[in-house]
Amino acid sequence: MNLHELQVVAAEANAKANAQKRCVRVCMAASCQSSGAGGVLKGLKSLASSDADHDVCVKGVGCMGLCSAGPLVRVSSADDTPDRLYQHVQEKDAKELFASVDDGPVERLACSTDLPFFTRQKRIVLENSGEIDPEQIDDYIAAGGYEPLVRAVTEMAPYDVLRNVTESGLRGRGGGGYPAGLKWTTVARSPEPDKYVICNADEGDPGAFMDRAVLESDPHRVLEGMALAAYAVGAQYGYIYIRAEYPLAVERLEKAIKQATKRGLLGHHICDTPFSFEVEIRLGAGAFVCGEETALIASIEGQRGQPNPRPPYPADEGLWGCPTLINNVETLANIPAIMREGGEWFRSIGTESSAGTKVFALAGRITHTGLIEVPMGITLREIIEEIGGGIPEGRKFKAVQTGGPSGGCLPEEHLDMPVDYDTLRSAGSIMGSGGMIVMDETSSMVEVARYFMEFCMTESCGKCVPCRAGTAQMYELLDKIATSTGTPADLQLLEQLCEVVQACSLCGLGQTAPNPVLSTLRYFRHEYGEKLRPDPLLQPVAAERNGK
Amino acid sequence: MARHPATPAAAPKVRVVTLKIDGHDIGAREDETILNAANDNGIRIPTLCYLEGLSEWGACRMCVVEVAGSPKLMTACSTRVAEGMEVTTNSDRLQRYRRTILELLFAERNHICSVCVSNGHCELQSLARACGMDHVRVPYRNAAYAVDSSHDLFRIDQNRCILCTRCVRVCDEIEGAHTWDVMGRGVDSQVITDLNQPWGQSTSCTGCSKCVQVCPTGALVKKGTAAGEMEKQGGFLPYLTEMRGNR
Ligand SMILES: Cc1cc2nc3c(=O)[nH]c(=O)nc-3n(C[C@H](O)[C@H](O)[C@H](O)COP(=O)(O)O)c2cc1C
Ligand code: SF4
Ligand code: SF4
Repeated sequence: MNLHELQVVAAEANAKANAQKRCVRVCMAASCQSSGAGGVLKGLKSLASSDADHDVCVKGVGCMGLCSAGPLVRVSSADDTPDRLYQHVQEKDAKELFASVDDGPVERLACSTDLPFFTRQKRIVLENSGEIDPEQIDDYIAAGGYEPLVRAVTEMAPYDVLRNVTESGLRGRGGGGYPAGLKWTTVARSPEPDKYVICNADEGDPGAFMDRAVLESDPHRVLEGMALAAYAVGAQYGYIYIRAEYPLAVERLEKAIKQATKRGLLGHHICDTPFSFEVEIRLGAGAFVCGEETALIASIEGQRGQPNPRPPYPADEGLWGCPTLINNVETLANIPAIMREGGEWFRSIGTESSAGTKVFALAGRITHTGLIEVPMGITLREIIEEIGGGIPEGRKFKAVQTGGPSGGCLPEEHLDMPVDYDTLRSAGSIMGSGGMIVMDETSSMVEVARYFMEFCMTESCGKCVPCRAGTAQMYELLDKIATSTGTPADLQLLEQLCEVVQACSLCGLGQTAPNPVLSTLRYFRHEYGEKLRPDPLLQPVAAERNGK
Repeated sequence: MARHPATPAAAPKVRVVTLKIDGHDIGAREDETILNAANDNGIRIPTLCYLEGLSEWGACRMCVVEVAGSPKLMTACSTRVAEGMEVTTNSDRLQRYRRTILELLFAERNHICSVCVSNGHCELQSLARACGMDHVRVPYRNAAYAVDSSHDLFRIDQNRCILCTRCVRVCDEIEGAHTWDVMGRGVDSQVITDLNQPWGQSTSCTGCSKCVQVCPTGALVKKGTAAGEMEKQGGFLPYLTEMRGNR
């Protein structure tokens, strides 16, 4: 396929879409599916097919974001009235909604699209999400997809792709925030003949579903990002490491790989150039630590998923000992847009040190939960109070947790802080991969710390001593404190263990496991203090001294 | 240095670099680890999972050192030397960390030396002594793990295992049998034979005893070395004298 052929496909698909302006889109991402979107779609489809002259297109699309109001349905009419969004749609509503294409809105189910939840977002990674049918490659092509790839391999040198990514200032979205351009350059500069590109779709943070949403809503985007990366660094093979708990994403990826290969956009001699790139899917069994890059590589190689000391970094010696570029789903999903609009454009969004946007999974005690994409530099207050609609039931905000088990809890006084890698880190939390949990006055910070420590303890791979034995000891101490049986000596020991585990653990899991404890101690130390009881060994002495 | 075979002519040239370890100027080949370079120069860095001749594992974290300019601690066993590197192997902070790691190990399973067959021949014990770990501040976890005595010659007591995986590596890399492996996650990890079958039923074990010899603690032992096995068989005497006609 060359650029001209691609544009023909895009034009045909667009013409078809324009002829069928009347369209009903049903969110078919996992969350809406689990609340009954499948039945809604089936009902609407059968209505459309039994009503031939109606000529309404009904399609299942990706995540629309406001998961708490699902299943969501969007209806476009023939005239120029704006699209209508409907919430909590059930199978029995299908008929009414179908009729609404021509008969006007169904107020009963209406969901306002003027909510800050929708208007304050800036969508790059999710630009097609909720718009296109993820199972149709033509939908993606019609939205301008694969043009950056075709242009790159036919018109640009790998170095030009690299320069664009470096200029964009894109940083890794998997948690570390390592500059993507720098990582790509390291792999590209290696003289080794065999190189690999790996897409990290292991997404293991509790409550996080950003990567799943991207893969379910726009799988081709990730494939295109991988192919562009492979072209830039000179790789021939790619792997997508995805957890088996994401069956829908796996299914859509498999379909997408087949479709793209059939079109000559993946596989041998892409666009009749010497560049070949094959992608394989590898399923992970759901161990959190397998998201760590060296453990992930070991797992792909068929070994036990345990991290190895770095250096050597994967960019130097990765899969099968070859230079390997490993990037997160969201990082790669930014690439097609960067290549389309240019690195300068991307850099102009967000802040000086953190360019672009970030997808967050909003959860916890907040009115609107779901998936949002916001420009870097937005404040936490804007996210929580405007986009998230604040804390429900008139309760008071207490803390926001970012970065999952590796992150921290930030209190009210940090709400006006801009969201970027460095500011969050300096406040004792991290950007992480995008989990954001809001807590109100009813949450106990000691219990939050205990929850994340339990997670780290059970997810520790068991390889290195500080993490394996240290997280177990820290969990026991936190449990003691949370159940009001801990003493000041226990708290002191806990803090000492935090230091050792942080400094000595082999991989990021252990090194960051103390973070939730340290950040809650930093901002909510009094909550720990309130739960301590005096040391029993010191008790009798104190009692005697008081002249019992 | 017997460790390094003469470089074959075709191999890429390996340079020699100079670095400072604990203030001493040291020359080392650039493909050597900090641990090798230190050992060759009489600077002792504590290790547990490391064993010369096996692949590097980097798990016990005893050999963590400070490298100037790096915010993170590095394991000496897995980090290559570099020109101009400045390494500190024994700061107060490192000593404190090492003692804590040892305490965590002692409290994790059963390491009551006085009732152990390896008392006096145990690397964990001697390291604790060398590092000045004289008491354990963290609570003992008192978990009860299995003992497998099904093998004719050897026994494994999981309660004394520190998960260094020397047995796994020696069996795989040197004996080529790959009888041993690790199962489970976190504190529930344990070494297993074959597919977690009793060692005595293992079809891959050659009985070479390499694992027993490299095990740093009393986890892997030759049978007949425990106090309870020191039973004497004196009952033969009356039988013998009777058969000799009571002469
Ligand atoms: C315990 C642990 C779990 C991780 N899990 C993930 C994950 O699920 N997805 C991911 O993209 N990166 C994860 N990472 C980060 C990866 O090691 C790696 O830095 C990342 O995939 C690099 O991609 P990026 O530069 O695009 O962010 C994890 C790291 C650690 C230490
Ligand atoms: S820090 Fe934890 S997860 Fe990472 S290697 Fe050590 S034991 Fe495994
Ligand atoms: S049995 Fe011995 S050699 Fe094997 S992992 Fe345990 S302590 Fe190490």
